[in-house]
Amino acid sequence: MRMSMRSRALTAITLSSALVLAGCGGDSSDGDTETDAAAEDSSASEEMTGSEEMTGSEDGLSVSGTLNGAGASSQAAAMQGWIAGFQEGNPDVTVNYDPVGSGGGRETFLSGGATFAGSDAYLDADELAASEDRCAGDGGAVDLPHYLSPVAVAFNLPDITTLNMDAATIAGIFAGDIANWNDDAIASTNPDVELPDLAINPVHRSDDSGTTENFTDYLTQAAGDAWGYDVIETWPTEAGGEGAQGTSGVVQAVAAGEGSIGYADASQVGDLGTVAVQVGEEFVEYSPEAAAKILEVSEQATDRPEGDFAFDLTRDTEEAGVYPIVLVSYHIVCKQYESQEEVDLVKAFMEYVQSEEGQQASAESAGSAPISQNLRDQMTPVVESIATAG
Amino acid sequence: MTTTQTPPSDTTSTDDDFMAGELPTRRQDKLFEGITTGAGILILLTLAGVAFFLVQKSLPSLELPAESLPNAEDIGGYTWPLLFGTVYSAIIALLLATPLAIAIALFMTHYAPSKLAKTLGYVVDLLAAVPSVVYGLWGIFVLAPFFVPVYDFLADTLGWIPLFAPVVTPSGRNMASAALVIAVMILPIIASVSKEVFLQTPRLHEEAAMALGATRWEVIKTAVLPHGRSGVIGGAMLGLGRALGETMAIALVLSPTPGLIGFAVFTAQNPSTIAANIALSFPNFGGQERSALFATGLVLFVATFVVNYIARRIAGESTGY
Repeated sequence: MRMSMRSRALTAITLSSALVLAGCGGDSSDGDTETDAAAEDSSASEEMTGSEEMTGSEDGLSVSGTLNGAGASSQAAAMQGWIAGFQEGNPDVTVNYDPVGSGGGRETFLSGGATFAGSDAYLDADELAASEDRCAGDGGAVDLPHYLSPVAVAFNLPDITTLNMDAATIAGIFAGDIANWNDDAIASTNPDVELPDLAINPVHRSDDSGTTENFTDYLTQAAGDAWGYDVIETWPTEAGGEGAQGTSGVVQAVAAGEGSIGYADASQVGDLGTVAVQVGEEFVEYSPEAAAKILEVSEQATDRPEGDFAFDLTRDTEEAGVYPIVLVSYHIVCKQYESQEEVDLVKAFMEYVQSEEGQQASAESAGSAPISQNLRDQMTPVVESIATAG
Repeated sequence: MTTTQTPPSDTTSTDDDFMAGELPTRRQDKLFEGITTGAGILILLTLAGVAFFLVQKSLPSLELPAESLPNAEDIGGYTWPLLFGTVYSAIIALLLATPLAIAIALFMTHYAPSKLAKTLGYVVDLLAAVPSVVYGLWGIFVLAPFFVPVYDFLADTLGWIPLFAPVVTPSGRNMASAALVIAVMILPIIASVSKEVFLQTPRLHEEAAMALGATRWEVIKTAVLPHGRSGVIGGAMLGLGRALGETMAIALVLSPTPGLIGFAVFTAQNPSTIAANIALSFPNFGGQERSALFATGLVLFVATFVVNYIARRIAGESTGY
């Protein structure tokens, strides 16, 4: 693992077994192997170019130093891919990413403990104000949506690989109001499927989670009254269901129990059946392309500084082919830094991350959806304009 | 010849050393006394340090703003369901493990041939050496799914008892499975303590019972069990202490529902335990919220302390332990 822990080292050691086993054990091992594959690919392409000067960031210069980031654990697997890919071209750079969680990452960034933050939520107004103090100059910080991950609704029913559901049905299931698989609400959208007479066991994340937040945001926007618990990070006691730790915990719990249904990072659901979600008149299966489209139909948040790409996702969209349950995670960087070294490092790393190659690396290591070329073209000038103050 | 000569010469030399080196020996004595006293003080200081650390870290939790804790109004409302879950799971585990442990101990001391008893003793002790995370994984992948049909049967036939109320969680990740895993984990300590006290039943009592024509079961009932009672209770209390603090196995096996206080053991909604909740929530809680976890830790610290104190008291009263 290249992620070094700093002040939280002790905590990390104490809890490492919990995290590795209950949390992201499956994710990271998958990530490792695929990262290696990605690394081999890029080293092979370097050999083909055959020139030392070509290795390095896009401006042709290889940067060096240590870049520290902290934040969302949802990005951790993607970050492994990015760091491995980035260090291929910049062997003298050490990138540390401490997956403390979104809130912790923003806190660390704003207090100057990290050069960039990873966060499932964009900076709110207070944090934007604080970022003006934290960053050099008076430009503050910007949010760059670099990580898009479709969240699949996965279930365990023998011989059924896909089911069509509208948002209200999904909400009813997870709120405990729809308790049996042969309920009319499910049957009506799946006329060709023979549904078993079996109790539904909804599985949710027991830990605070950006996945839960995005999932309930979808339910709140698209399901209307069927979901009465608002947008939440922590599952409400009243909604019931089975709780499981981390993405791998949810997948394991669903796989272990026939009749179970859960929501999890789409790259991790494996052989489980998945729900095609109703958008407009059609039912959309999750796919990287369908997930990336959500940013095209969504509005950018208002009252944001120039160069900021905070999105309020329109999850109740009726646009064809859009998969609405997507987790968007941002990189939060300053527009201006104190030192040239920081500027070079952040710029080179962010340019790599949002490049086609970088997005491919995270797609391979974390199953994320690559951002669209259109969005990349819009963000490129912002990253390029990162500079020292004055 | 040589062999008979050597011991006296050895003795003499030691005596000489002792005589001549009275002063250095006393110095060594002092030094060693100092080291052991230091070790004793160190353990007290460590304990005091832990207590101080917990109190200091948990104080801010009293001033936590409402809604900063998930599914709870304040620190009391947050801790209480967790304490309930901790005690509830530990008690179920204890009720499952103690009879079995007593039976194993009686088998080893009164029924099994001595060779088998010895082997069995090793195996039981070996159970205590398995790391709890292994028990957790075993629980989630093997034990829980294995017991689901049993849960289903009990819920179908005895579902009217609140304890066995449906719906059974299909993965088996419920309070019953968690308690079963803990029961296996605390089995060795109760069994080995029980074995020791049963072995120390005065031979005369047992022989007297036999002389009166008692069967082996009656010997156990009239002589062994009364003698060993307090020792068994002491062992069970030590087991309870371990059950209260069990973390990884519960964190893996139990499907937690924060804020819930409920007795049903087969459903997917279960109260979590303090130790498991600390392990699972720590990465998510930042800053002030973390003090709430320290506060629950302090409550567990005190609870475990009380249980151990009671265990020592009871065990101390026993002649055997």
